[in-house]
Amino acid sequence: MTKTYKKLSQSIENAATWQQKYREIMLLGKTLPPLNDILKTSDALVPGCESKVWMYIDFDLTENTLLVIGDSDTRIIKGLLALILAMYNGLTPQQILTINAFAEFEKLGLIKHLSASRGNGVKAMVDKIHTTALTKVS
Amino acid sequence: MPDKSFDINLIRKDFPTLNQMVNEHPLVYLDSAATTQKPQYVIDKTTEYYQLLNANVHRGKHFLSEQVTTQYEQARLNIAAYFNVQAKEIVWTKGATESINLIAHGLTSKLNDNDTVMISPLEHHANIVPWQVLSQKTGADLKALPLNPDATFDIDACCDFIREHKPSVLALTHVSNTLGNITNIAPLINAAKAIGSLVVIDGAQAAMHLKPDLAALDCDFYVCSAHKMLGPTGVGVLYGKYSILNTLDPYQTGGEMIETVTLNHSTYRCAPAKFETGTPNIAGVLGFSAAIDYLNSLNHREICDYEANLFRYASEKLVRIKGITIYSSLSDNIGTLCFNYKNEHPYDLSTLLDSFGIAVRSGHHCTQPLMAHLKLNGSVRASFCFYNTYEDVDNFINSLHECLEMLD
Ligand SMILES: Cc1ncc(COP(=O)(O)O)c(C=O)c1O
Repeated sequence: MTKTYKKLSQSIENAATWQQKYREIMLLGKTLPPLNDILKTSDALVPGCESKVWMYIDFDLTENTLLVIGDSDTRIIKGLLALILAMYNGLTPQQILTINAFAEFEKLGLIKHLSASRGNGVKAMVDKIHTTALTKVS
Repeated sequence: MPDKSFDINLIRKDFPTLNQMVNEHPLVYLDSAATTQKPQYVIDKTTEYYQLLNANVHRGKHFLSEQVTTQYEQARLNIAAYFNVQAKEIVWTKGATESINLIAHGLTSKLNDNDTVMISPLEHHANIVPWQVLSQKTGADLKALPLNPDATFDIDACCDFIREHKPSVLALTHVSNTLGNITNIAPLINAAKAIGSLVVIDGAQAAMHLKPDLAALDCDFYVCSAHKMLGPTGVGVLYGKYSILNTLDPYQTGGEMIETVTLNHSTYRCAPAKFETGTPNIAGVLGFSAAIDYLNSLNHREICDYEANLFRYASEKLVRIKGITIYSSLSDNIGTLCFNYKNEHPYDLSTLLDSFGIAVRSGHHCTQPLMAHLKLNGSVRASFCFYNTYEDVDNFINSLHECLEMLD
């Protein structure tokens, strides 16, 4: 788990109420640099979501570490995206596969955002990162 | 059930789901357009079937089978009476969606590329896609009625449009699920009937709130879902004027719908049996009938008045909030408020409201053409029912203020 993630997740974990949690998440979203409109293509769109989520995944060739960028048109999803990027960015495929985003979200009280009924793309983002890492390992 | 006068405190006690905490707040359920909550009476009647009556219908000669068959057919009479039509004109389906598919499928052999099927931009996807498929299969033209920029109809212009394009089928929603707007369908039905169109009305949102008299409306088909009328999920109704209903081709085939079967050929029974093959959702039908009993035990006029007053109270409060845009029309509405706040994403708003225990829906509400017409990506929808209280409205508005503060 990256240092940035530990720091960011602490503020969410410490939030006493739901409203404070969402405030922290939305602030987190604001720290994420917006994606250039040219990059907001339908190819980059995570399909089937009420909110729009664009995402690019790549690996740094020399370091073999993950590089994900992304954006969303909703504040809350953007915040969760920022959290996920902090969780995974800079890790090697092997390290990525040891991370359990579900357990992390459970710890932060955010597991419902990974549920199917939300259809918000957060789960799809995590899945995409893991599948990409898996193809790198094998 | 004995008749009761309308007492909101007693009514609240009938709906067990309403009495719970969500995210440390009392639940405020404003998503009745998606599905209504169920009174204990309906829950009991559904359970009673499995506990005391379980047997298949229309088959056995034994005690339980006869008992349950009698109740099952009594349910048909009950729903027919609710809509002021005949029992043989009521077909059980699994919901409004299946009812519309059944009609569209049943008309496939009767249309060709000289025909026009007419819908409107206001429709739920369930009243669009089956007609698209019908039009693809038959070559019939698919046309939409003109809709004003604010998503209301100019009824005179629509009547002219119908007379000009002479649709063979006109399929319209009685009430918009996204906006709650009630369409004045009577003149549209009359205009269409005058030129010989078949008229299909999607009553999913209207059936409970408006208790329509289908004999008076004179449409050919009317569809609805039990779960939006206090009843169980997985049951719905297709009403069809008998002479027309009986001419539809069967939708599914198998047991119960046949008269005789040889290895090469079968003959079908008359409606409604023709459309009811396979073992039906018996518990659902009995639960639906219980929901109708419950609705009948209340005075419909009183329900309407209460809902109208509650809606006025809520809309007057919502209108006053700066930055809120309301898309629903505030007159002739069953009690649905469709809105957005500034440029905020409806997803954020509905998620924040949920943190206060307020259940609303966000998104396109299965009406993408309507969203395109209104030039929206989505909206928030708060839909009320007679079991909601003025306190629910206050909680909703107060929580909304707190959410907006978080977004500003
Ligand atoms: C106007 C309208 N038509 C059709 C449907 C489809 O109903 P069901 O999903 O119960 O088949 C709905 C449900 O949301 C609706 O609101």
